[in-house]
Amino acid sequence: MAPRLKLFLPLVIFVVLAGFLYRGLSLDPMELPSALIDKPLPAFSLTALADGRALTRDDVIGEPALFNVWATWCISCRAEHPYLQRLADTGIPIYGINYKDEDQAARRWLQELGDPYRANIVDREGSLGVDLGVYGAPETYLVDADGVIRYRHVGVIDDRVWRDTLEPLWREVLAMAQEP
Amino acid sequence: MIPELGHFALILALCLSVLLCTIPLWGSWQRNVTAMALAPNLAIGVLVFTTLSFACLTWAFLQDDFSVEVVANNSNSLLPWYYKFSAVWGNHEGSLLLWALILALWTCAVAVFSPQLPLVMLSRVLAVMGFVGVGFLAFSLFTSNPFARLLPGIPADGQDLNPLLQDFGLIIHPPLLYMGYVGFSVAFAFAIAALLGGRLDAAWARWSRPWTNVAWAFLTLGIMLGSWWAYYELGWGGWWFWDPVENASFMPWLAGTALVHSLAATEKRGLFKSWTVLLAIFAFSLSLLGTFLVRSGVLTSVHAFATDPARGMFILVFLGIVTGGSLVLYALRAPAVASRVSFTWISRESLLLVNNVVFLVATLTVLFGTLFPLLMDALGQGKYSVGPPYFNAVFIPLMALLVPFMGVGPLSRWKRDSVRRWQAELLVPGLVTLACALTLPLLHTGDYNLWVALAVLFAGWLVVGLLRDLANRVRNSASLGAGLRRLTPSYWGMVIAHVGFAATIIGVVLTSQYTIEHDLKMSPGESDTLAGYEFRFIDVGAVQGPNFVADEARFVVYRDGREVVRLAPQKRRYLASGSVMTEASIDAGLFRDLFVAMGEPVGVDGAWAIRLHYKPFVRWMWAGALLMALGGFMTVADKRYRRQRTVAREGLREGGVRGAQA
Repeated sequence: MAPRLKLFLPLVIFVVLAGFLYRGLSLDPMELPSALIDKPLPAFSLTALADGRALTRDDVIGEPALFNVWATWCISCRAEHPYLQRLADTGIPIYGINYKDEDQAARRWLQELGDPYRANIVDREGSLGVDLGVYGAPETYLVDADGVIRYRHVGVIDDRVWRDTLEPLWREVLAMAQEP
Repeated sequence: MIPELGHFALILALCLSVLLCTIPLWGSWQRNVTAMALAPNLAIGVLVFTTLSFACLTWAFLQDDFSVEVVANNSNSLLPWYYKFSAVWGNHEGSLLLWALILALWTCAVAVFSPQLPLVMLSRVLAVMGFVGVGFLAFSLFTSNPFARLLPGIPADGQDLNPLLQDFGLIIHPPLLYMGYVGFSVAFAFAIAALLGGRLDAAWARWSRPWTNVAWAFLTLGIMLGSWWAYYELGWGGWWFWDPVENASFMPWLAGTALVHSLAATEKRGLFKSWTVLLAIFAFSLSLLGTFLVRSGVLTSVHAFATDPARGMFILVFLGIVTGGSLVLYALRAPAVASRVSFTWISRESLLLVNNVVFLVATLTVLFGTLFPLLMDALGQGKYSVGPPYFNAVFIPLMALLVPFMGVGPLSRWKRDSVRRWQAELLVPGLVTLACALTLPLLHTGDYNLWVALAVLFAGWLVVGLLRDLANRVRNSASLGAGLRRLTPSYWGMVIAHVGFAATIIGVVLTSQYTIEHDLKMSPGESDTLAGYEFRFIDVGAVQGPNFVADEARFVVYRDGREVVRLAPQKRRYLASGSVMTEASIDAGLFRDLFVAMGEPVGVDGAWAIRLHYKPFVRWMWAGALLMALGGFMTVADKRYRRQRTVAREGLREGGVRGAQA
């Protein structure tokens, strides 16, 4: 009997594997939660793109805001840009993180395409990007009034993304900020 | 009208497949000769209607029928005709139809080329393949109908084929890969038929061996083309990324390599019978698993298809039935007692066993690495990605473990051999190889590279073993020519495939070790030198293609002041999709490739980010794979199989009837 039972071993292994594959179907591998969700925005000491003055974490927190990782070499960022401008026009504060880029090119980009950003943090070496766990540009982080990261969106923000995911969260964060 | 005709043909193909997987099987159970004899005809019927269906879809692509959804999404009126043709399988629905077509081809091939098979066996084999066909045709019809129309609201033009796929390599890469994937279904079907019949003898190994070798050779070609395509098309000069989709094709290859060798032991010595059956199930299950991984969206990959959980569910259920079912059958029917054929530890059997263990472990480590992110995610342990460091760390030592045994393999003897004989045969050639391995890396300027020495040693060891064995075999002949002529095609196939493996080792290691890459900002007029080649950036021009516009950087490469080659990489923008593609420019050579690719424009003065590569011996890797495939194809030409056929035709006609009446 024992040798016959041994022959069932491949079947057992397969069943376990199939169970995992079944579970895998309901998971979305594209969903990349930042390790920093619900953790404070990392501290940094970098310069502002516009005038080169020093910027730290304290300069950019205090009210709910979006932090948008972008670069002039990023083609999707160009596609995303007009929508960010529209969001900024409705009064939503957006900070840019100019990621691994050249200052001059970035400034020219903002001149040509418009500037939706409150301020731009120059992350030339990508150090803030590493702290945030940036996957690639564009990426956008939703940070609340206490400087805590609430959500991370990988990829371009468009009307659909904003309406379906970001706006509800944004309202939530805004409501929390207004509570005493 | 034509797409509806195609749809209808596909439905008929499914119906015939259902008949194919039921009637002959019932016949083999009831010993009904008429029912069994239907199998080859049904197989031909399935092929006819699947081909018709495929032809209709092809017609829709070539005629720009944008009312068909897949055409509208994957083609464009500006696309050159040959890319319209390859766009048929450049998408999920069409590639699935190609899968079904190739399966029908293999099934039909088995039906036509197997007159030597007893009718019971043939009907069972075809029925199992028919069952696989039912799965894939139903998958196509119920979840991914390629003939779905966009009505009303036919788009004026299509959205174009993904520019990455607009390439010669991609015209033939998927068909070859599928020939390999699907080809393993033949070995699988033979294994299942043998289990159903309850007789696992050397005969089924002999029958399934040529089919398996051919499938393996096709898969080798397919993987090679994929790697070559990634090298020149993705624009960063890499040739293997351990990406889940690549692994999906690599795992069946590894298991198939084990199977090819295990079948040899089963055919010649009647050994490892249940093990070989298990490998056949394993290889084909991995092909199905690959399909599941690529099309269900459970893993992220740079070249996954548009994914859909419903499709994933379908394949998973199908995988469950095919693999689960065959493993149940295996557990119930495989011989539980070890075969009585004996062999000593120093013998060819042992060496083949080493091959099997190494390739099985390699398959499992790749499988584990590929599924690890999924496992951790399912266990709630967070998101992981397993990268090349893991795969390289486990895979390279495994291959290094294999090579010493592989060198001895060809000249080892069945059943009983002696270490003393191996020493006598190989000691001197081995020492010569060692000396070469130690000195050859000195030819390369720069630091002495131990990895290269090791690679030369390994590759040399394989070649020396083969040469020694060749010498032994022709030694007793009247002349060298007569001796060589007497060797069988299957022996030559083995020699060529093993030499190919040696060449691949050289290619992989030397490219990895000696490649020089410069990523830099260059303006027209500037130049950069690597490995003695001076790359001079002349200018940038605008180029107009059939469906794209491009910036083209022109380079002239000099060596010692003499012009070597002109290279012109492009940065293309495809008009329909607006996507931007990098088109690398490569000067290929037997001993080195020169590779230039454009990055992004930098600054205002016309400067570009430019990537320059010097890649020595990179062609050896693909040349090696070509040799392996060639070796695989050659084995089929063996007289052994043909002679059997003629003998069998007389002998087994009555055998078939006798089997049917038993």
